[in-house]
Amino acid sequence: MSGGGLRSVLYLVLVAFFVLHNDLWLWNNGQLLLGFPIGLTYHALFCLATAILMALLVRYAWPSHLSEDDGEAQTAGDRS
Amino acid sequence: MTLLVIGLYLVGVLTVGLLSHRLFRGTGEDYFVATRSIGPFVLLMSLFGTNMTAFSILGASGEAHRIGIGVFSLMASASALVIPTIFFFVGTRLWSAGKRMGFLTQVQYFRARFQSDALGMLLFVVLVALTIPYLLIGVLGGGLTLTQITGGDVPSWVGGLVISVVVVSYVTYGGLRGTAWANTFQTLVFMTLGAVAFVYLVNQLGGLSSALSRVADARPDLMVRGDNIQPLKLLTYLLIPCSAGMFPHLFMHWLSARRVETFRFPIIAYPICMVIVWIPSVMLGVLGHIDFPDLQGPAASGVLVKMIHLHAPDLLAGLLGAGVFAAVMSSLDSQVLALSTMFTQDIVRHRGWLGGGNREEVDRRQILAGRLFVISVVAITYGLSLFANTSIFGLAIWSFTGFASLFPIVVAAVFWRRSTRHGVMAAIVTVVALWIYFFVDGWQVPGYTVGGSGVMPVAVIFLACSAAIVLVSLLTAPPDAKAVARFFPDGARR
Repeated sequence: MSGGGLRSVLYLVLVAFFVLHNDLWLWNNGQLLLGFPIGLTYHALFCLATAILMALLVRYAWPSHLSEDDGEAQTAGDRS
Repeated sequence: MTLLVIGLYLVGVLTVGLLSHRLFRGTGEDYFVATRSIGPFVLLMSLFGTNMTAFSILGASGEAHRIGIGVFSLMASASALVIPTIFFFVGTRLWSAGKRMGFLTQVQYFRARFQSDALGMLLFVVLVALTIPYLLIGVLGGGLTLTQITGGDVPSWVGGLVISVVVVSYVTYGGLRGTAWANTFQTLVFMTLGAVAFVYLVNQLGGLSSALSRVADARPDLMVRGDNIQPLKLLTYLLIPCSAGMFPHLFMHWLSARRVETFRFPIIAYPICMVIVWIPSVMLGVLGHIDFPDLQGPAASGVLVKMIHLHAPDLLAGLLGAGVFAAVMSSLDSQVLALSTMFTQDIVRHRGWLGGGNREEVDRRQILAGRLFVISVVAITYGLSLFANTSIFGLAIWSFTGFASLFPIVVAAVFWRRSTRHGVMAAIVTVVALWIYFFVDGWQVPGYTVGGSGVMPVAVIFLACSAAIVLVSLLTAPPDAKAVARFFPDGARR
């Protein structure tokens, strides 16, 4: 898969995460999972999955063109 | 013993903040953005510690005490998704513009991006007005903590005063570097002590399984979202963390990064830090029902401290109290410095009130002005805290709502060349008008949603802001292409 294609896939996965955040299917489920109420465990695991997704975004979709600015700093000041 | 431990902790924070002064270069850029030299770990701790305040520790446990485990999905996991996404798409680009063009504040960026002094002034007023209640949360949280952890022996005004004096000391002396170092120390402290508090208190309550069973028997509604949270509320609450895109103090920390790659580690680690801090806060709020089943309103914000006071020995109570202080001060310091930077750069320097002279003289005067503003801002906030009487969590939500509703303007500035100053000004005016309307309508209603529908006010204001910027931008003359081009150095690659 090309770099641009992978980037698009990761953006789509990111959008899917926004959908998956709304776990309506667990709304009234009071069971325990891993010792905690399942509604809480789901969202804790969701956070860990988000960290993995962010690692993939950083690895494969990083805005590398911004790195070119690293050496071009001006002095501080009000330039407007 | 409790007060001694908290006192020692405060001395430790002061020492870390003041030690940073050894690296001070004496320039305005060093005082306000640490000469853009902060590395990945300190940047993560600064960004995270700044965003975690009394709201996350005291407010979250208080709200979980009221409505149960759903608080984690409302704020923690939503923030774990939204905030790193904002760092990735917006933070990196603002850092880039800031580094290339030497910006120190948001207002400087927007003023240059849209070539408008009036826009800069309007944004300045709105950002300051929204930050003041956020500052109040910290001072109120400090007062509440000290009062409750000493069983009422120390009045709340003393706690607020102590926090204010400590923060003023290391912020005025160390600037952003002192703030970043102190934040790193404090964030490590409250993350560690939060985990210690959780393990210790759960153990005192007979273990997690037993404690959860007792709460589930008495209040099964706290184990699920159920009727305590409407699905529409969860959906629209996702917009609240967009506030991170417009917080002046986060903007300031973004600018302090050494390189754009410095953002990588904070983007990945932020969601994990959210779990470490929020699971203990939310669970202890829920388990607080075992000992304190009848806390209502603002009193619920103190459930965590009440549990510490009831169950922990003096030494541990002092350490845990220090953990809450750490969370409070790691936010307060950045907010105060951000406001001071804005006053110094966007008003005093921009208006030419610093006078002439060589570079060293101007730098010296602007650092002095920055320090005087830090002292003034904290003094005013402390004065207001003596009269404020509302739920900590409630204050935070209204502040976040305002910042989050302004998020479309930074998205437009960063990604949409065709956006115009008139579009942005219309969007800001729209946000102000609707925010005032909803605040008047709902500030006294716990868990307020629009017409009781579950829709958070932020969703309505956010959409109206987006519509205003798009419509008015398209109806007004396009911006000067040359002026805009320098904000889009990557051309077609975006």
